Amino acid sequence: MASKSEQRAEYLLRLGDDRLVLGHRLSEWCGHAPILEEDIALANIALDLVGQATLLLGRAGTVEGKGRDADALAYLREAVEFRNALLVELPKGDFALTIVRQLFFGVFVLLQAEALQKSTDRDLAGIAAKGVKESRYHVRHSADWVVKLGAGTEESHARTQRGVDDLWRYTGELFLADDVDRAVAAESFGVDPSTLESAWQATVRDVLSRAGLTIPATTYMQRGGREGRHTEHLGHMLAEMQIVARSHPGASW
Amino acid sequence: MANESTTQGSRADAAEPRDSQWPLWEVFVQPPGGDPHEHAGSVHAVDAESALQNARDVYARRGEAVSIWVVRSGQITASTPEDMGPFFDPGNDKPYRHPQFYKIPRGIKV
Repeated sequence: MASKSEQRAEYLLRLGDDRLVLGHRLSEWCGHAPILEEDIALANIALDLVGQATLLLGRAGTVEGKGRDADALAYLREAVEFRNALLVELPKGDFALTIVRQLFFGVFVLLQAEALQKSTDRDLAGIAAKGVKESRYHVRHSADWVVKLGAGTEESHARTQRGVDDLWRYTGELFLADDVDRAVAAESFGVDPSTLESAWQATVRDVLSRAGLTIPATTYMQRGGREGRHTEHLGHMLAEMQIVARSHPGASW
Repeated sequence: MANESTTQGSRADAAEPRDSQWPLWEVFVQPPGGDPHEHAGSVHAVDAESALQNARDVYARRGEAVSIWVVRSGQITASTPEDMGPFFDPGNDKPYRHPQFYKIPRGIKV
């Protein structure tokens, strides 16, 4: 049976890793987005996510009490030690896939942050309150784009529908609750993710229907990220993300 | 949106700048403290809502805005260089247009 602080640290790692991994994936668009203004918008969102991750991983290191700071957690862990959902580690794909993923993840994070503002952990509540404002804007950005692309040209519609089809089976994992989730929710430290699902479904389905997009009939859902069982993509991503820190042990910037 | 052609010799209003990208929008940002909106620059965007979002990302990321206006560049009617004389004659020969011209009567506090 894990101790209270181990459970809390584990929970914070999940929150932080989700944001760090997607922030890095999003940063891969920098210099490659379809138009300058969108390049800046995606970089902005990436920075917001990495900023949230920095605070959450910092808090995780403190709660864990093993002397690891946010940098150590971000740069010195292997893929099997990462606790992010699989959805955020998949390659960025085309712009449509990226935007669909931002919608799926953004709505989840917004609901999560709204609930976490009431956390009994003052630090976590503060981080959540700061994140809510950012997440509202992220959702507005991605929802607008999903509707534009879905209800746009034949090609934009087809690509966006493919994004929905490819990513849908990774959305279920966001709402899976295990003993850690239930334990931190019971003491009002964290939020049980399964309680966010109905609001998420309502919001996402509303945006997709306005975009003229359909949800795949599949009910099969991928899982494994919360236990450290990841796709092959995460290891490759981390190799790139961590190389500078690992090449210069102890360097600070 | 089709570009409207300009009539030779008239002001260049309603003419979109020739551009291979999305339509151009001019961005006006109001700083905190009640100052009026100021022209900050321009962004490309497919519609007004995304122009507003792009403007926010480019010109208002660091807390320097309380309000943003965006307007299609082609909707702005601008003076032309030929207007220099008739429009902007500084009126140096009409000193009575400036308040400094007038003596304040004794006993009036300003």
